[in-house]
Parts: sequence; C-alpha cells; structure tokens
Amino acid sequence: MEKMYAGKTVSVDHEGYLTNVSDWTPEIAAEIGKEEGIEITPRHYEVLAYLQEQFKKDVALSIRSVGKSGVVDIKELYELFPKGPLKISSRMAGIPKPKSCI
Amino acid sequence: MIIATRSKTAPQETEGLLGDYWYKNIFDFYTFEGSLALRDKLKDWKGGKLVVHITEMPIKCPVAPLEFAFLADSYFTKKGMRDKVDITYVTPLSGAFTKEKCSTALAYLLKEKNINIVPDFAVEHVEGENGKMFDYGGEVVDFDILVTVPTNMGDEAMARSGFGNELNFVPTDKHTLQSKVKENIFVIGDATDVPASKAGSVAHFQAEILTENILLYLEGKPLKPDFDGHANCFIETGFGKALLIDFNYEHEPVKGKFPFAVVGPLNLLTESKFNHWGKLAFRWIYWNMLLPARKLPFITPKMSLAGKQFK
Repeated sequence: MEKMYAGKTVSVDHEGYLTNVSDWTPEIAAEIGKEEGIEITPRHYEVLAYLQEQFKKDVALSIRSVGKSGVVDIKELYELFPKGPLKISSRMAGIPKPKSCI
Repeated sequence: MIIATRSKTAPQETEGLLGDYWYKNIFDFYTFEGSLALRDKLKDWKGGKLVVHITEMPIKCPVAPLEFAFLADSYFTKKGMRDKVDITYVTPLSGAFTKEKCSTALAYLLKEKNINIVPDFAVEHVEGENGKMFDYGGEVVDFDILVTVPTNMGDEAMARSGFGNELNFVPTDKHTLQSKVKENIFVIGDATDVPASKAGSVAHFQAEILTENILLYLEGKPLKPDFDGHANCFIETGFGKALLIDFNYEHEPVKGKFPFAVVGPLNLLTESKFNHWGKLAFRWIYWNMLLPARKLPFITPKMSLAGKQFK
C-alpha cells in the first residue's frame, strides 16, 4: 500500500506502519501524529529517536524497556502517546508495529 | 553452560498487588498458594465482578488466562449462577489473542460466552480495598475478585550476573539458541528472550535443536539456525471442548488439521470435543513419552505446513 505524507509517497502496511524505516522524515512523523491526534513536540522526537535507535540494534521493544531507558518514564510515555503508547510511537517512528507472542 | 532458569511471577512489580488484599480479593493462579486460595474463594462466592487480568507480556503459557476465563464461564454456568457473575478480561494487548488471525477467528468465543474485554490496558496500580485497578492512561476497572497474571521475570541470578535484560531474560539468538552473552552459553525455555511463547511445547522443540547445536559448537562447526519458534498448544474453552493451535515465528495459528493433512484427527483453531479429549490424552503422553524423552511420532521440532490453511 502507498500513502502520501508531507508531499512524499511512502509504502505502508495495512495498519499504516511504514515498511521502510529509511523513508522516515520528521515531517512524516508529524503527519502520522496528527492522524493519531497528537501534536508533535521536541519531546516526542526524543522518544522516536530512541525507538529508531533500538530498532536498528534489533532490540525488541516493550513499554517496560522504554520506561527504563532513561529517555522517558512510563507515565510520561502515556502522556505523550495516550492509549497504546508503544504502537502509536512505533508508527510515528516509522518502525514496525511491536510484536508480541501468544 | 546451558541456562534453563525459567520464569516466575513477580507481583511485587505492580503497586498494590501484594499487601492486605493479596489472596483476599486479589489472586494469581500461577503459584500453588495462589490457586488454592482462589479455589477456596470461588467455592462459596456469591457472585459479582470477576476480572481476569494480564499485567504485561511476556507471560508463561500465554493462553492460560484466557482458559481461566472460559473455564470460569463454564464453572459458574454449571453452578447455576452465571447470571450473577460478570466476567471481564483485561489485557495490555489490543485483543484477547496476541496473534491477529487468532483474535479474528476467535472473537466470537468471548461474545458467545459473554466475557467483556478491556484491551490496551497497562496497569499502573491496584487498590484492593476499593476493588479498583488503574491504567497509566487513567482508565479504571472495578472488581470484586481480581485474578491477575503478574509480571513474569527471569531468575534473579540473571540480573546479578549481568546476563539478563530488563526482565532478567537472557538475550538469545532466536534461531540457534546460543546466548548473546557469550558463545559458550546456550539458553533454553522460558529463560530466553526469544519472541516465542513461554510454553512447554516450545522448550520441547528447542531441546532437539539445542542438543544438535551444542554438539556442533564442540566440534567447532557453524551452528544451525533451525529453531523456528514452533509452539503447539491446546486451549480449553470450557464445557468439555478445546481448541488446538500450532504456530511459529513466521506463521500465525490458522485453521486446518493436525498432525496429518485432511484426516487430522485434531482440528486447528476450531473448537471441538475431540480436541479436549486430545488434551486429556496428552496427560498420559506427557508422563509416559515426553518426560522419558521418547520421540513423539509425527510431531517435529520444525513446524509442518501440511494441513494448514494459509491464505
């Protein structure tokens, strides 16, 4: 599937997650944020940068691990990305939807 | 070295679980004490709000809380008091099942059994006194009995030795089962951080691959990336029926037949009495074939694609 964000056509999966993290730009994050009802701030970008860094290191993310990262605590993570913070922040960071297993 | 230090519940990780109301109106069923206390509580309970809750993933036997909810429905129905019990399933995930296809295929089960679901709930603290559970986002769930699955963590020793991640699980290559800590350390079962279920079937399938890889390591040969995340389990759905699921890292549980294509005899992802009998038969198989390490015919460490309906 393709979608237009900030004047750029990017490939996304059926849930709206970017399929290539290399397509990501700060402007795209801002537009995805709008779709999620979030007005992006520098604080959001700090969290997104951390998520991308972890993703590149192939580290599986969890709310707990992000909360212990020193970048943001769980309370603030919820304030920044209300309702399903990891899913929303991952989408805004241009990385795949976090997986969990049965 | 082989690490097999399992995972255990850590109720101390959530504020308000341990304390005056632990085993009064807040229970776990992953410990002997917890399940006994819960049994006694349910025996003469007059009804009210029963909340079944998962704190955070991963948990061992991920289908257990769901089975508990299904069996509770069955139990209270048989006692003739199902109308007095409100069952709610509260999960940090976006659906009752972690795998999407499962969630879609089985959503009807919760509806049919009249079990409410509260998804995307990340518990912040619990108040036993008022019977309330709070989410980081401010959402509140009321309960008369809370049956929670506390955070699961690996062994303390993994934290002390610096091997473990934030949950004390050991970073492990998900295909070779070699630890990422040191090349002569291997990990099996719940102790790993691999994205497979923390379930007995997984440890069983891992064991064969682990043995092979340790032998290869000793001979200085390259390891085989053979573990595919294969898991297989029955899900008791109450009233003498069960489901069976078979899946791996790549393939979600789907409908089909198991272990043989067409003939089965077990049905995948479909409720049936026969599956329940399969589960009962498994008790014997467990003690008499799995534990003495006799090979199970037709069930391989790598998941078979035969008999499964992929779209």
